[in-house]
Amino acid sequence: MGGPNPDEEATPRAPELSDRDAELVEELLAGSHRALARVITRIEDRAAGHRAIVSALHGHTGGADVIGITGSPGAGKSTLVDKLAAAYRERGDTVGVVAVDPSSPYTGGAVLGDRIRMGSNVGDMDVFFRSMSARGQLGGLSMATADAVKALDAFGKDAVIIETVGAGQNEVDVVRTADTVAVLVQPGSGDDVQTLKAGILEIGDVFVVNKADMDGAERTLAELEEMVHRREGPTKGLETGHHGFDAPEHPDDPEHSDASDAGDESASDDPEWTPEVLRTVANTGEGVDELIAAFDAHAAHLRESGEIEATKRRRYAEEIRTLVRSDVGALAAGEIERRGGIDRLAEAVRRRETDPYSVAAEVVAPIVDCVETDRE
Amino acid sequence: MSVEQEERAIRCLVAKVGLDGHDRGAHVIARAFRDAGFEVVYSGLHRAPDDIVQAAVQEDVDVLGISILSGAHNTLVPKVIEGLKEYDAFEDTLILVGGIIPDDDEDELKRLGVAEVFGPGTPMEETIEFIRDNVPERA
Repeated sequence: MGGPNPDEEATPRAPELSDRDAELVEELLAGSHRALARVITRIEDRAAGHRAIVSALHGHTGGADVIGITGSPGAGKSTLVDKLAAAYRERGDTVGVVAVDPSSPYTGGAVLGDRIRMGSNVGDMDVFFRSMSARGQLGGLSMATADAVKALDAFGKDAVIIETVGAGQNEVDVVRTADTVAVLVQPGSGDDVQTLKAGILEIGDVFVVNKADMDGAERTLAELEEMVHRREGPTKGLETGHHGFDAPEHPDDPEHSDASDAGDESASDDPEWTPEVLRTVANTGEGVDELIAAFDAHAAHLRESGEIEATKRRRYAEEIRTLVRSDVGALAAGEIERRGGIDRLAEAVRRRETDPYSVAAEVVAPIVDCVETDRE
Repeated sequence: MSVEQEERAIRCLVAKVGLDGHDRGAHVIARAFRDAGFEVVYSGLHRAPDDIVQAAVQEDVDVLGISILSGAHNTLVPKVIEGLKEYDAFEDTLILVGGIIPDDDEDELKRLGVAEVFGPGTPMEETIEFIRDNVPERA
């Protein structure tokens, strides 16, 4: 910090694109892999100028289906993502993947291992795979991920997959930046299904029992089915009572089984999306086509029900809030520094010279002053 | 002025190329790099030079460490360097080779653009120190 004048820092301004960054954006839009990779690095580093870059890209986004994949470690996410990417490629779609791995809270270092599983797509530059580490940013991770997805979207990827471990709020936030969320579960993890209730169940649009050739798969499928229907709640269930039969994968309607075979019909008569429960064996690719059909069905449902607009508004609202919080937080951090740093303040509280509330009020006071004078 | 704190991390790709199934060393290196605070992408075994190029470009790594114990470094490493140049990624990638490399070959690799060759028994700190000192500046 140490800027000359706090008022100056607070002056609102649109992010300005430097000439070099403008060139970078041009190159990205023209299809340069190098530029895309560079832009994502800038985003990850929260480097100077990254905001202007993302601002410039925003107008070019909106073309990609964004899929989030989450699940416990070892559930087979990376392998499934690999097979999904290959299946998308087979039908001519280009793919972007953002794989988020935790970093060590001690050193900040990380081994980003998801790439090892991308065996089906090595050498295919139309699958752009990027590993990201959590870098311990508070709330910043979902922002960085969302921005990286925007870069891939603006680059022209048809499908963008976000992959992350489903443990903790950070990851949940990350995966919520997707339009369609798939939650992966391993067979025989009865307790696992129980733990899903907290947080993860609510965000899943599709539930996948991976490694479905293992013992216990049927039971896990049944448990998930039951939970999905319970989640709909008693009132929703009573209205029609036939959600299960409406499931988009229902195959007895031949006229819909051509192009995008699944989902269109159920999306139009049913305003509510009933999460699908599917089985896959990622190792062999079994069930992957059905899974993509379910993603397409969900995307179609979002479009046709108009829910996509609401979803997008909600997401952008969250982005605006996050940015504002982070900016205001940075102003506050500057104030803390000016008062001798957080350790000194904490020590003063420990010695009972002051208390946390008074310190917070003091720190925020100049910001409040600014806001109030501004308003007059 | 950006109010956000820039969070720069050194990104490395630890790569195994060609028909060489020995990756104990690569694993040890990957962990040591992680403990040094680097972000490490590991390629997995038996990658073709093109795969390594794809990974290095997409991951936008600062450092590419190629581990070769098969003796095929004279064919494989130039291919990787070729590919990086094709994607305009050669200039600002620090290329390191680890493995058993004869002195003559080492000179040739360095002439092609490899920054340093680390033979067996190189202390881990030396490699890490070298990276910290030589990692390309990014404007």
